[in-house]
Amino acid sequence: MELTRRDAAAALAAIGATGGVALGVRRAGDGAERSDGAKQSDGPAGDGEEIPDDEAVRETMTAVATVVYPEPVTGVEAFVDGFLDGRLDGSAHGEGIRAAVGEVRSASRSWYDAPVAEISAAERDSLLRELGADTAEEDPRGSAAERVRYYVVNELLLALYASPTGGELVGIENPQGYAGGAESYTRGPR
Amino acid sequence: MSGAESVGDGRSEAGDGGADDVDRTPVSDADVCVVGAGPAGALVADRLAGEREVVVLDAGPRFDPADRLARQERAIRPSYGRPDVWGVGGERDAHENAGDRFYPLNHARVKGIGGSTLHWQGMVMRLHEDDFNSGTERGVGPDWPIEYADLRPYYAEAERELGVAGASDNPYAPPREEPHPMPAFEPSYSDSLFAEACEELGIDMHSVPNARNSEPYDDRSACVGYGTCQPVCPSGAKYDATVHVERAEERGATVIDRAPVQRLEHDGDDRVTAAVYATPDGGEHRQEADAFVVACGGVETPRLLLLSASDRYPDGLANRSGHVGEFFMDHLFAGAGGTLDEETRQNHVGFYTSACDQFYDEADESQAPFKLEFFNYAGPSPVEMALSGDDWGDPLLERLRDGYGDHVAMGGLVEQAPDADSRVTLADDRTDGHGNPVPRIEWTVGDRALDTIERANEIQVSILEELGADVEWVAGPDATGPAYHHMGTTRMSDDPEAGVVDADCRTHDLDNCWIASSSVFPTSGAMNPTLTIAALALRVGDDVAEWLGGEN
Repeated sequence: MELTRRDAAAALAAIGATGGVALGVRRAGDGAERSDGAKQSDGPAGDGEEIPDDEAVRETMTAVATVVYPEPVTGVEAFVDGFLDGRLDGSAHGEGIRAAVGEVRSASRSWYDAPVAEISAAERDSLLRELGADTAEEDPRGSAAERVRYYVVNELLLALYASPTGGELVGIENPQGYAGGAESYTRGPR
Repeated sequence: MSGAESVGDGRSEAGDGGADDVDRTPVSDADVCVVGAGPAGALVADRLAGEREVVVLDAGPRFDPADRLARQERAIRPSYGRPDVWGVGGERDAHENAGDRFYPLNHARVKGIGGSTLHWQGMVMRLHEDDFNSGTERGVGPDWPIEYADLRPYYAEAERELGVAGASDNPYAPPREEPHPMPAFEPSYSDSLFAEACEELGIDMHSVPNARNSEPYDDRSACVGYGTCQPVCPSGAKYDATVHVERAEERGATVIDRAPVQRLEHDGDDRVTAAVYATPDGGEHRQEADAFVVACGGVETPRLLLLSASDRYPDGLANRSGHVGEFFMDHLFAGAGGTLDEETRQNHVGFYTSACDQFYDEADESQAPFKLEFFNYAGPSPVEMALSGDDWGDPLLERLRDGYGDHVAMGGLVEQAPDADSRVTLADDRTDGHGNPVPRIEWTVGDRALDTIERANEIQVSILEELGADVEWVAGPDATGPAYHHMGTTRMSDDPEAGVVDADCRTHDLDNCWIASSSVFPTSGAMNPTLTIAALALRVGDDVAEWLGGEN
């Protein structure tokens, strides 16, 4: 089942992005700039983690999405790109995504000697589990595992399952968080 | 700004947090000071603004409408509890529980402009005629000093003010004079499944009135199906009291947020003279006015009166009767649910569309009034399920498919009889950030309500079994909880010895002080209280206007 621009728009609406975002259109530049216009730090952050630029966040989130999204889903890259357009907006939440992605990237380099996007899907799955993101409960202010669960894994799962295509995978075309109208609840199974 | 973590912390904003550049100084020559910007306060303010100089003080913040999607994300994500959605809790909202049952107060309210309508479900039924005469008709509690007929025109007006979608197909509802302002929402698919079972059992189903737009109304959107009505409607289709706060401000009212009233002061002629309120910069101000309307809900209203004790009123302001804080009531939840061997199409919307009031007026001394609800949100929401668990990818999808799709459930509300031992008092040794004793809640529930929950359960289970459901849970007397409707703590009575306010909701003790709140309900019925709160608030507005006219 293919994710579409409509799904990305729906996901953005569900997860509270600001308006006026051009979905699916990458920001100017080759990734050296942050989409909020802030100057990209070229050194490691204070805690030793590299703070990735927009391009790196997009690449890593897409790579993780291919693992945490189910097999029937296609169109993942454009979908992830689309909703990150609305999320990497200079907000506190956007910065949380950026920092958590930095931790995933750092772990991948340390443990697999390669960026997240270049390791196999099985290795990506292992990476996330070794980070503890499978058993952690999401917490934006918690441990690294809890932050990765919150800002990376659950961020992606929230985007998918609050979209109409994600909902339809489960059997609900108007999932909670998606403004799918006030008619679908009256209709019977198809 | 996007994201659940981009929402400010309402507690620190509203409590002892940093100052801002908002002018929170008192308004000179105010005619009316309203304490509380929930639905009651907002409707009173709107009623009086334009003709009168009105000031509204609220303890909580003014929420940015642009944050509603982020608050919705908080409602969905497991990291946030219900109080986190609107920043309830912390020192500002500290309280104690001392009764038979725990009362989750901070799950049950929102402080700020709009009050608890920001997180309410939005169900707006009128009380039944017998609810106003419970003592006479059912032998339980006092009669109200007003009749249904007294409130009937105000009910109609409240339905127009809030914007109510409803139909006149309920044979058990009290008489009404005109259709609802909007057509009712269509029944759900699962309602149609319930309908067959109910028909077999001779149980009637009918529509329910929703304070939620079934079509564009009052410059607000029709419902677009976000499905998170409780605790947040991002579209504005569900009524909340910011509607009337904004309207009152447009008509000249001054609304001051983050201004918790510490006490009301009075003179030697039994008139309230000022509301003393704190501001985020650490300051304290006195808002003087000719008339005062306390509209702080069923817990903070009695607390404020008790905090305002003086030499003249040693037991609390307006408390010569001794009843301030007593008779704390809520509605009790009764429910049952299970699964079918077919799809039931749940969780598309966050409200219900059919109910049964057939058994309501069977109430007597031993059975409380109760109503039944047919849920459209039984079982788990897939997106919420997806965010918990140790799986992802295909195994997660499989778990979601297994967990979603075949649930059905019913709910119901049961009246709690008034009991003086169920009460709100001041804590002995715990204070809030301003040094004021926090509210202590002693919530007790009597056998009549518990027995009635069992009766409601019997009917619910019979319907579910007729439907062919595998009944998997029953919320009976041991598992019941409150519906977050705080009532009864400044009861209404013609007798100054028996109640705190008179039939006009004016305090018996102080000439220029009214209470607009469910705290004035002498008995609670089993209908969601907000439409009655709104109707009473409109009536209070008229009475205050008339009194001010006479004074001047």
